Amino acid sequence: MQIIVYGTINSVSLALMALGFAMVYGISRVPNFAHGALYIVCGFVCWIFLNSLGLNYFLAIILSLLVNALIGALMYRFVLIRVRGMNISEIIGSYAIGLAILEGLRWGGFKGMTYTLPVFMEGSITLGGVPVDYHRLLMMIIGVVLVGLLWAFTHYTKLGLALQGMAQDERAALMLGIDSDLMATLAMAFGAMLAGVAAILILPLGNIVVESGYHVLIMSIAVCIVGGLGSWMGAIVAAFLIGFTQILTVVYIGSHFQMVVAILAIILTLIVKPSGLFGRQHELEERV
Amino acid sequence: MDIAQARKERIDRGIKVRSDGLYALMSLKELSYLTLPRFLLIAGMLSLPFLMPGMYWQRVISIVCIYSLLALSFDFLAHYVGLVCLGGAFFIGMGGYIAGILNTYFGLPPVLTIPLATIIGGALSTFLLLPCLPLKGVYFAIVTLMYPLFMARIIEAFDIFGGTDGIIGIDSFSNHWVEQYVVIGVVLGFVFGLRRLVNMDIGLIFTAIMDNDQAVKASGINITLYRALAVFIASSMGCLGGACITHIYMWSGISQFALDFSILPIAATVIGGAGTLVGPVLGCLILVPVSELLRDFGTLRIVFYAVILVAFILFKSEGIMEFVQRKYEQFERWTKI
Amino acid sequence: MIEDPILKVVGLTKKFGGVTALSDVSFEVGEGEILGIIGPNGSGKTTIVNNITGFIKPSSGMIFFKGKNITGQKPHKIADMGVTRTFQVMRPYYSLPAYKNLVIPLFSPRARRTGGWRGGGRLGDRHTVSIDILEEIGFERDSYIPFKTTSTLPTGYLKRLELARCLSLKPEIIICDEVFSGLSMSEIASMVPLIERLQMDGITIVMIEHRLRELFRVANRIMVMNFGEKLIEGSPDEVMADAGVKEAYFGSEEVEEVMTYA
Repeated sequence: MQIIVYGTINSVSLALMALGFAMVYGISRVPNFAHGALYIVCGFVCWIFLNSLGLNYFLAIILSLLVNALIGALMYRFVLIRVRGMNISEIIGSYAIGLAILEGLRWGGFKGMTYTLPVFMEGSITLGGVPVDYHRLLMMIIGVVLVGLLWAFTHYTKLGLALQGMAQDERAALMLGIDSDLMATLAMAFGAMLAGVAAILILPLGNIVVESGYHVLIMSIAVCIVGGLGSWMGAIVAAFLIGFTQILTVVYIGSHFQMVVAILAIILTLIVKPSGLFGRQHELEERV
Repeated sequence: MDIAQARKERIDRGIKVRSDGLYALMSLKELSYLTLPRFLLIAGMLSLPFLMPGMYWQRVISIVCIYSLLALSFDFLAHYVGLVCLGGAFFIGMGGYIAGILNTYFGLPPVLTIPLATIIGGALSTFLLLPCLPLKGVYFAIVTLMYPLFMARIIEAFDIFGGTDGIIGIDSFSNHWVEQYVVIGVVLGFVFGLRRLVNMDIGLIFTAIMDNDQAVKASGINITLYRALAVFIASSMGCLGGACITHIYMWSGISQFALDFSILPIAATVIGGAGTLVGPVLGCLILVPVSELLRDFGTLRIVFYAVILVAFILFKSEGIMEFVQRKYEQFERWTKI
Repeated sequence: MIEDPILKVVGLTKKFGGVTALSDVSFEVGEGEILGIIGPNGSGKTTIVNNITGFIKPSSGMIFFKGKNITGQKPHKIADMGVTRTFQVMRPYYSLPAYKNLVIPLFSPRARRTGGWRGGGRLGDRHTVSIDILEEIGFERDSYIPFKTTSTLPTGYLKRLELARCLSLKPEIIICDEVFSGLSMSEIASMVPLIERLQMDGITIVMIEHRLRELFRVANRIMVMNFGEKLIEGSPDEVMADAGVKEAYFGSEEVEEVMTYA
């Protein structure tokens, strides 16, 4: 029971981390290696709004999400747009931006145990003999709702359909009058916002530390690769796979091996089935 | 002058045109035109240890050379074989640990451990990367980024080879002159060796695999074999660097798998000029000392070179080497349209 | 049935996901003959080539080369045995000069083993050999064309370059995937004798074509594909007389044209 509850919570938080990365890659084919940095930035911005400016918590969250989206959009507009299509440059460029943000924050003194966000709701309930605090429960609910909303957004709104069209075939989308640069900018903004949502939901459970930026990046890449780059469904399924495996390794082998399992999962998936669980790239390539 | 009304015209210098084919080298002037840049590089590198003010900066030179080896291997793999390897740290760590193990557990002297670590490390790294070789583009990049992290966690989790403390008490080089001339010699050897390699028929195969692997398969050539060969060459270079760094610091530990070894060489390659093989060395000669100067600013130096990196990718993607080469070989002038 | 076929395909089936691209195709190719494969777009012609040369693995069925089972082998292994192919979408190394394109196949184990184009002895300088091959395939030796960057060459030369890549391996079979398509009439006219000469040199050729007129002139036998299945196989005359073929090409003036031509 304990394994099921903690496994689910862990999986949902992994899925939240990975959604933004999956979205950006799925739509604009840019592997956003600054994802972890955006995650941390949102946490700190929210903290600043909350503590330094003394805003209402809810308002602070909304504002920090908007700021994050803006950072994402600017990043695309001024840097990534110039290197699109060049794999090496995309990876190096976005990774360098992420590195600059994270290490800049570290230099700016945002380190240590002093920075925390308050939980949404105090207290806990007992689920099948396992105590679960309300915040974790809320996180799961919001996570599920978020996935549902995203699904509805991409399937039933005009903008969502345009994004989907671009994800499938950028040139065809261009011919249909979809401005691919605008769409990619929006995708990047949404991706950054999703990273922010993940940060807002997950960070209250611990401290805001710069290192977790790298951790988030690695985990979201792991999830996306195991699920198949660019596939949301795959990302969610893979989040559950990795989430439960991690909890199982912690319970039965030891917490040292948590990261080893994640990395091993990536390496094994890439070797056995490079396109991931739900990737479709391989089949297309096969046709020569 | 307005951009709309004029364009930049680039014309090869006559001396360049004449010296393109070796048979045309008629005069000493033309000969020196070709050899001067190469001579400058060799002489400059060899005289560096004398020019440095003290032990500290001489040590920096050794580190520059080790990063250069990594940058060279990155450049070779990325631009001549088409495998973007973000895991330079993996090679350094492998080489470092193997040299450390050979030295402490088996008591071999550095003269033996360095070549052994180069070959064993190269073979082992190639073997471990073998399953990833069919991967392309982003996928290969991500897997190789994971490998050093994976190795570090494994050593941590199993607590082998000294665990988080690393292996200590490794022999150093006999003196610092030997240390520096070994690494400088190795770097120069690899620069010219790789140049030669990529211009040979086998280099053509590597490039062909990068451009068009289907056609190479249809030509009856086993592409995995040649990829493995290229990875072996590149990873042995990294392992050689790792072995040297182990003997320089008399220590090998988990931090040899750190991201630093993966990122700085790439930055150096971008800055120095991708695909030139000399560029990465120049990039390291600039970046490493600068980051040493900025050591007092702590992590700000990482921000600093991340920003430089982005700036170069955006505004000067050709890199320093290509720029200098263009100036050396061509006239430029504005002409009216 | 052919005695000792050099290439024998039995019950070849390939499914892409739910789509059946090929279902139960069997045929044989005799040594030294030219087999033409025709069929409308999407009838699985290129899939046959990809399956034979190992670029994709068949879902079921077997492929024999000289009696040896080569089903599911790696592409380079199959090329190494002497089964070579051209690509429908040409795949030269665009950044290299034309003659350097051939250095790559000449570097392969097969080319080294067969000892250079001139037969016997050691392989000479690969550049010299490759210019010899290019001349044989129709690149003017003393002009600058073999030395031009491949990306600047017109389609006709690129198609020849594809053939040259096969030739430099000293092949037993060349499978040509639409070598005539995209060429002008005069380019095709100069290509036909080339194919005929390759046959006289003893090379077995499988041709996939849309240009029926030229194909029917050079081919010994024709196989017709439709919707991933083999419709009919026989001499050009038999195929032309068949009603099913007209059905498959219904409305296509090409068949009429060929028939009047014959």
